Amino acid sequence: MSIVIENLTHTYMPGSPFQATAIHGVSLTIRDGEFIGLIGHTGSGKSTLIQHLNGLLRPSSGRVLIDGKDLFAKDTDKREARRKVGLVFQYPENQLFEETVAADIAFGPKNLGLSPEEVDARVRDACAQVRLDYDTFKDRSVFELSGGQMRRAAIAGVLAMQPQTLILDEPCAGLDPRGRDEILGLVRELHQTRGTTVVMVSHSMDDVAALVGRVIVMNRGQVAMDGTPREVFRQGEALRAMGLDVPEAARLAARLREKGFDVPQDAYLHGELLEAVKRIVGGAHA
Amino acid sequence: MLKNITLGQYYPGNSPVHRMDPRMKIYLTIAYIVAVFLVKDLLGYALAFLFLLFMARIAQINLGFLMRGIKALRVIVAFTFIINLFFSAGDTPLVSWGVLRITREGLQNAVFFSLRLVFLVMGTSMLTLTTSPVVLTDGLERMMRPLARLHFPAHELAMMMTIALRFIPTLLEEADKIMKAQMARGADLESGNLLARARAMVPLLVPLFVGAFRRATELAMAMEARCYRGGAHRTRMKELGYTRLDFAALGIMAAFIALIVVQGAFVHVGL
Repeated sequence: MSIVIENLTHTYMPGSPFQATAIHGVSLTIRDGEFIGLIGHTGSGKSTLIQHLNGLLRPSSGRVLIDGKDLFAKDTDKREARRKVGLVFQYPENQLFEETVAADIAFGPKNLGLSPEEVDARVRDACAQVRLDYDTFKDRSVFELSGGQMRRAAIAGVLAMQPQTLILDEPCAGLDPRGRDEILGLVRELHQTRGTTVVMVSHSMDDVAALVGRVIVMNRGQVAMDGTPREVFRQGEALRAMGLDVPEAARLAARLREKGFDVPQDAYLHGELLEAVKRIVGGAHA
Repeated sequence: MLKNITLGQYYPGNSPVHRMDPRMKIYLTIAYIVAVFLVKDLLGYALAFLFLLFMARIAQINLGFLMRGIKALRVIVAFTFIINLFFSAGDTPLVSWGVLRITREGLQNAVFFSLRLVFLVMGTSMLTLTTSPVVLTDGLERMMRPLARLHFPAHELAMMMTIALRFIPTLLEEADKIMKAQMARGADLESGNLLARARAMVPLLVPLFVGAFRRATELAMAMEARCYRGGAHRTRMKELGYTRLDFAALGIMAAFIALIVVQGAFVHVGL
């Protein structure tokens, strides 16, 4: 499944003193099976952009094509798009409402009109994907869970729709390092084992550095950079000018280079840096 | 999608009207309401309209914004018009079908009552358009201060109003987000019969209430952490005070009321 965004512009509250253009002529293509990190400063338009991908927001101008079909054409059923493109909002635990975890996860598949057996199978599957033991949690109240568990239950609610493309808006916001690693781990697994296309919105370079194959940087409602992590993280100065930063490892690599050490120009992964440092230290000992 | 609510919405600006003391604006709004009730004929409404135009100009408010308040009330205005048109007592019939009769007096009442409503809404929305809710409650609190002697909880009431007003946009935003989140999970909030729609509200209302209670607890804790304990001996950062601007406005309003009274007594242009 491909998503093509053509010249998309969105203006909030047009014609009022609160008018604000959140995104400005954005064109992008999201290909099947990609893992994309969508990065930008607060207010750069990331969240507005992703809400166009399943038809929750209507563009002021421009088009969104899903498998070549215009999402905002009159005869397009938006619910079809919402089945294909799953969207996990920021702090998704705030949308939990059912009495039990299982019932809440079943909300999406039920809305698709699936049979009870199919719904049940999907709930079990989604629970397994987010590492919530089905038998332990199915009858618990959603409000009894810990923060990390609530987050995972909410994500399971979207996964149970079995979307071909999964978009996550800051999935790690407000979690402790352990919770963050759990979420990132399950997203990675989803992409690797099921081939789900993933778009992960974040303002943290470290979250996406080791995961994604493509980084899109947004700034002031426009796409500022689009390329492999290596290409993007090489432009440290430009990123800092946008209020962003490069991953920790790239930062350290730059400092080491400044001190005259022979560290590759574009290292941004912990592993790479470790190798380079080992080499230098080994060389000094020899 | 829930952001198109304008009745009582503040329109930021820095006009002389925006800078006035909120108490004076409230008093003058009351005076304006009385003036509208004194208007008896079309010429009077024309004068009132000119006055509104003049005020809108000074306040740098788009006339369209004043009109939007009326749009929200169009059903009530239409209802007033129709009720008065058919059910006013009168004895100079213009048209009649069976029991339904339109009299001259009925038509007159219908036109005047609807106009009165329209002018009341336009004039009073001038107050809320030029005064931020926080300043408005500040003014109300100051006005109610004498009542504190009668153990009337003026400060607490004003604080509650401020908090409620402060959280309306927050809750709207939250409702919007939850609505979208549930729609992303395939929820259908728009179709179906009344019962189906009411049931469709559950996924929206439960999280909204849970969120509102959570916010309330957090806010209470944050206020206590900063030693808030009610009205007694609290000083304020911005003391209210009347300036020349307020007295000028008072003069303008007095002139307008005088004009209406004189016009009503001596010149009459009616239907």
